Amino acid sequence: MLTLECPYCGVKAEETELQAGGEAHLKRFGPGSSDEDFDGYMFMRKNPKGVHFERWRHSYGCGKWFLAARCTATLEVFGTYPAQTSEPPAELQARIKAKRPTWGGYK
Amino acid sequence: MSTRLARGGRLIDRTKPLNFTFNGRRMQGYRGDTLASALLGADQMLLGRSFKYHRPRGLVASGAEEPNALVGLGEGSRFEPNQRVTTTELFEGASAASQNHWPSLEFDVGAINNTFGRFLPGGFYYKTFMFPRFAWKHLFEPVIRRSAGLGKVPQDRDADRYEYAYGFADLVIVGGGIAGLAAALQAGKEGKRVLLIEQTAQWGGRAPVDGVEIDGKPADEWVKKTVEALGKMANVTLRLRTMASGLYDHGYLLAYERIADHTPGDGRPRHRLWRIRAGHVVTATGAIERPLSFAGNDIPGVMLAGAVRDYVVNWAVSPGDRTVVVTNNDDAYRTALALADAGLIVVAVIDARTSVKGALPDAVRAKGIRVLEGRGIAKVKGSKRVTGVSVCTQAGEGGEIEAITCDAVAMSGGWSPVVHLWSHCGGKLIWDDARAMFRPDAAKPPTGDQGEAMVTAVGSANGALTADEVLADVASQIGGKAAKTNTVAEAPLEPVWIMPQGAGPQLKMKMWLDYQNDVKVSDVQLAAREGYHSVEHTKRYTTLGMATDQGKLSNINGLAVLSDALSQAIPQTGTTTFRPPYTPISMGAIAGEARGDIFQPLRKTPMDEWHGANGAYFEPVGLWRRTYCYQRPGESVHDAVNREIVNARSKVGMLDASTLGKLIVKGSDAGRFLDMLYTGVMSTLPVGKCRYGLMCNENGFLSDDGVVVRLSEDTWLCHTTSGGADRIHGWMEDWLQCEWWDWKVYTANVTEEYAQIAVAGPNARKVLEKLGGMDVSAEGLPAMEWREGLLGGLRARIYRISFSGELSYEIAVPASEGLALWKALIAAGEEFGVMPYGTEAMHIMRAEKGFIMIGDETDGTVIPQDLNLNWAISKKKADYLGKRAQERSHMASPDRWKLVGLETLDGSVLPDGVYAVADGVNANGQRNVQGRVTSTYYSPTLKKGIAMGLVKHGPDRMGEVIDFPADGGKVIKARIVDQVFYDKEGAKQNV
Repeated sequence: MLTLECPYCGVKAEETELQAGGEAHLKRFGPGSSDEDFDGYMFMRKNPKGVHFERWRHSYGCGKWFLAARCTATLEVFGTYPAQTSEPPAELQARIKAKRPTWGGYK
Repeated sequence: MSTRLARGGRLIDRTKPLNFTFNGRRMQGYRGDTLASALLGADQMLLGRSFKYHRPRGLVASGAEEPNALVGLGEGSRFEPNQRVTTTELFEGASAASQNHWPSLEFDVGAINNTFGRFLPGGFYYKTFMFPRFAWKHLFEPVIRRSAGLGKVPQDRDADRYEYAYGFADLVIVGGGIAGLAAALQAGKEGKRVLLIEQTAQWGGRAPVDGVEIDGKPADEWVKKTVEALGKMANVTLRLRTMASGLYDHGYLLAYERIADHTPGDGRPRHRLWRIRAGHVVTATGAIERPLSFAGNDIPGVMLAGAVRDYVVNWAVSPGDRTVVVTNNDDAYRTALALADAGLIVVAVIDARTSVKGALPDAVRAKGIRVLEGRGIAKVKGSKRVTGVSVCTQAGEGGEIEAITCDAVAMSGGWSPVVHLWSHCGGKLIWDDARAMFRPDAAKPPTGDQGEAMVTAVGSANGALTADEVLADVASQIGGKAAKTNTVAEAPLEPVWIMPQGAGPQLKMKMWLDYQNDVKVSDVQLAAREGYHSVEHTKRYTTLGMATDQGKLSNINGLAVLSDALSQAIPQTGTTTFRPPYTPISMGAIAGEARGDIFQPLRKTPMDEWHGANGAYFEPVGLWRRTYCYQRPGESVHDAVNREIVNARSKVGMLDASTLGKLIVKGSDAGRFLDMLYTGVMSTLPVGKCRYGLMCNENGFLSDDGVVVRLSEDTWLCHTTSGGADRIHGWMEDWLQCEWWDWKVYTANVTEEYAQIAVAGPNARKVLEKLGGMDVSAEGLPAMEWREGLLGGLRARIYRISFSGELSYEIAVPASEGLALWKALIAAGEEFGVMPYGTEAMHIMRAEKGFIMIGDETDGTVIPQDLNLNWAISKKKADYLGKRAQERSHMASPDRWKLVGLETLDGSVLPDGVYAVADGVNANGQRNVQGRVTSTYYSPTLKKGIAMGLVKHGPDRMGEVIDFPADGGKVIKARIVDQVFYDKEGAKQNV
């Protein structure tokens, strides 16, 4: 039962108010892409033990999708941010790096 | 015998006697008793039979850790099995019955398992039932079904009510002993919002029983004063009878409050499930005493030393006249003192340690009680009750050096901190060698959302053993100054995992580790010999710790025995995983208020009331309630459906289609967006027209379908399936917010804003014209177009779309006017033979027309091409969701099963979902298959069975007959035909 702060409405939302949407920052591969690229986009997920970027929707709240960076092992939440970006904010990445020096980056 | 003492009992009120029954026998106890103390006071030591061997069992403990004394409590609609008598407060009229025996508690046929115990060793489940195969069905299963399982399932509907509650606190303190109270007092003074919960009905925990004095006064006085002080603090909430069941992510704590278990039927909810969000949690959950493993340690009369002390001090109940105390530590000497103070005989203290010195042993010796050093119990004598013990040297193999006659044994193998909550959410433990216990590792606590420690363990839960240590631990971790206590120095314990140390197999076979699941020292050792090295595997192989008490009592003993057998240190073996709930919680509490009418929300259309008053036979569609058919008096459901279809096809029918999903998509990029969402092109749809569309997921599979309507230059209305509206709306938002966030598109789910009625049949136009208003002629409103206007004085939007194959108008009005329109249409349609029809008639009519239904023809593995819907897939578009996936070789394969119609040769109805078989067998020796039925009905129009199905190369095999094996070895032959059974030219709907 996680709590995540919705970056749109500022509510610290309970997991029951949220809908999980899997790994964040996937790049879509459409027609014309190679089988490998499409396979990676469609099926391959990192599933790390440690720092992870996820999609969440504040379903029973403002209805907005947002992204969260958290540690899957300790449940620490590093931050949440709007979904309209293709990479995590630099400031957040720096904060995670400071807390998890061995972290290899979001890619 | 066990009996009620003439004096004493700090928790009972002798002026308030309470009557209860056990196995039908009338007994009496007092207010303040638990069912356990009352039974013991009435000399009822034998309380149940064990799970596997049906051995006689009595009380071992006095609290939540009790493994044996489970009873069926209450009667009829208030009956509940497996209630621990130690945690059941006595009330007037309570009725309890023992479990797991046949024919009676005193004489149990199943006890024969005990004699043949060597045939039921650890892992017997896995060994015995493998071979021979026939034996499972004819021998083992019938026997096990009869003897396995604890208690009986209640037969009546639960008479009580239950509720959820939500709580928020800066600090939740679990446990109302002196540690919890001291922590609450300090945090309360600091102004924190504090919630203090205690699972029993009293504050104070063990300290008052153990003779602790705080600030020079008995612990009871300090407890009373502290609770009073806490009660005056507005920022502190106190809750008794509330057990912290589990701790989850980010300070989410589940607690179980037993409000009215002791006052049944008083109108209050029986249990309350608290869902608490805690800023921080303090576990002051105390410790649980461990049994010692000697032969016969499960015979009724053998109890934990601390429990014996509880029964004497709290409830003035003596477990026996002559008690032997057996221990490896100083604390058990308190039991000897308590018994002596109550005027009872302590025959001897048998101490496994070779040299026993210190204040507590000296006090015992001063009472003239023998202390036998370096001794152990070789075995306990007796069967349904202890009659004596055989004393041996702890270092030896169990040769008797003295026989002692006694009727109770108080044992203590040391104390294990209650670390469950600490461990539930990731807190780690360390092995404390000096104290022989696992305790919380403060360096590896469970963490919260900021990565901070979420839990602090204090007092005995943190490994403190004396009152001084407990209060000092609270002061150092929570703050404040520790009060002075009368703590005396105690000598360290000596770990004893088997008694005597050199016991042979005969003794080990009678040393119980897990009482409830009947797991013995010999079983764990056998598991180790057979190669079970992981503690988690050993647990499952032997069932150690898998009973309803979850190994609270003796898991540590089991781990130690396993470690010894594997010649490794205990921390190397580790513990099994601690999982919520701490003790079992009721199913009622989990359900809360969600039962009966409010089990889940019920969505009703604006015309629901009319349906109910006119014979509606309802069916659930998602959360919606829809009319399956309208039954007339004396009419079967089947007949009603057929009547509705024949009437719609010959005259005119009306369907409440309000549940249909309605999504508005608006904006300058809306057309472009819909072109990505649908397989077809929606951007080119002219204003005023309708177009059927398909939506796929990114994996290419068909996900939803419906008619898209262009309302204006920048606005579309997308109809979805009834069950799909919310899902598709979420799907649209997902793409708009997360992928194409710069596209200018807005969406709104307006499903419930409109009531929608389909009027279908040859007379449909006449009905609308009778109502009057807008032009609904063939020219004024052609097929697949829509118009807005007034119909019978109501603002309406009418779509010429048909899901039945008949001339059909779907009329949408504001939801508030749905019922008025429905009634107006019924009245106007009377002279044209109008009848309402339900969802089943709708399904059959669409199948007669060969239209697909999401969820029937699709199951998440079907692409539109499988359904011959290529006409609805644009070949010009560069991209749409699912297009790339559909280009994969397997999706383009000509061998995919494709949609066809199926007609049985004998006109019967094919069973739903049956497979068509092909020649030969597959790699598993199963018959090859070549297709399956997706929709199948009796068609009253064609007066025979019709079906659709997916068949390999189906469209190329028209006229071929294939086999569908059905129940009972019957094979149904069906011919592959066109999927459109009725009005293939579509002449009926284009008039």
